[in-house]
Amino acid sequence: MTDSVKLIKVRESIQADNDQQAQDLRKELKARKTLLINLMSSPGAGKTSLLLQTTGRLKDEYRMAVIEADIDSTVDAERLADSGVEAIQLQTDGFCHLDVPMVQQGLDSLDTHVLDIIFIENVGNLVCPAEFDTGAALDVMILSVPEGDDKPLKYPLMFSKCDALIVNKTDFLGTPLTDFDLELLEKRVRKLNREIRIFPLSSRTGEGIKAWTDWLATMAAEHNT
Amino acid sequence: MHELPVTEKILTIVLKHAERNGLKTIHSITLQVGRLTDLQDKWLQHYFNYLSRDTIARDARLIIRPEPIKLQCGECRTIIETEKRDLQDIVCPHCGADEGFSIISGRGYYIEEMEAE
Repeated sequence: MTDSVKLIKVRESIQADNDQQAQDLRKELKARKTLLINLMSSPGAGKTSLLLQTTGRLKDEYRMAVIEADIDSTVDAERLADSGVEAIQLQTDGFCHLDVPMVQQGLDSLDTHVLDIIFIENVGNLVCPAEFDTGAALDVMILSVPEGDDKPLKYPLMFSKCDALIVNKTDFLGTPLTDFDLELLEKRVRKLNREIRIFPLSSRTGEGIKAWTDWLATMAAEHNT
Repeated sequence: MHELPVTEKILTIVLKHAERNGLKTIHSITLQVGRLTDLQDKWLQHYFNYLSRDTIARDARLIIRPEPIKLQCGECRTIIETEKRDLQDIVCPHCGADEGFSIISGRGYYIEEMEAE
């Protein structure tokens, strides 16, 4: 290298742009009285089934829509649309997570002024969505019983950033099919997130869902005033 | 897992700074990457070489400095440095709390500086 080589101080975070956009979006949606919820999980934990159950129970009180980000597929959006919930399928081009511009692209296709609650069904994995703010007011993750109670050990960032944790497929608990320990899971989660709300439920049987939808209704009332 | 989008952002930011400073070649880029991220250094450089191939950063070497994981105790506010594998056994050395820690460092991606001409 020659004398003309200079050291340039960059001092910039890669997430800074997105974080700023996320804050702006949160402010905007708060003013519009629309609650945006970012739903994250592994593939197969039950995001779409839970959304169908949730929107089915809340549809008389709230106007809702779903921004769907599953990679290269419209299956989930079709399932939701069949149930009468407006669903926008994002083209994420194989991206492993959503960021604010992608969420904005979904919001642009919705009439947010008349919507009370919008769910983002984030891309199914527990790594990347944990690191990028979507601009949602609430981060919610689903862990299903068959995945095991050790997941907070492997994905601490995801568990630390969520406002609520849904433990789905509780109909497996107490059967020989699993040794999942709900108490141990809770202890592991609270290590890095003491305030998190935990909702054990089964989307299949409906058990426990009311506590979750009641909480959502409280959150919507609080946010949309 | 998401080395590609992260690398795209790195490239965009360094090219912006290069243009601002009227630079012709970027030789190296120093990054700080949190130990809680699951980024693989090897893949970061690999994707960078690919994405930067038609830019002034094409020969740049990425120097990656790990950012340590620091937690703050929710009870007494003591700051504790730890490793990912020890997170679940953390007990506050000051007050003995065993839950309610918040992550204050170790999750970021930060571009510190670059060598260029």
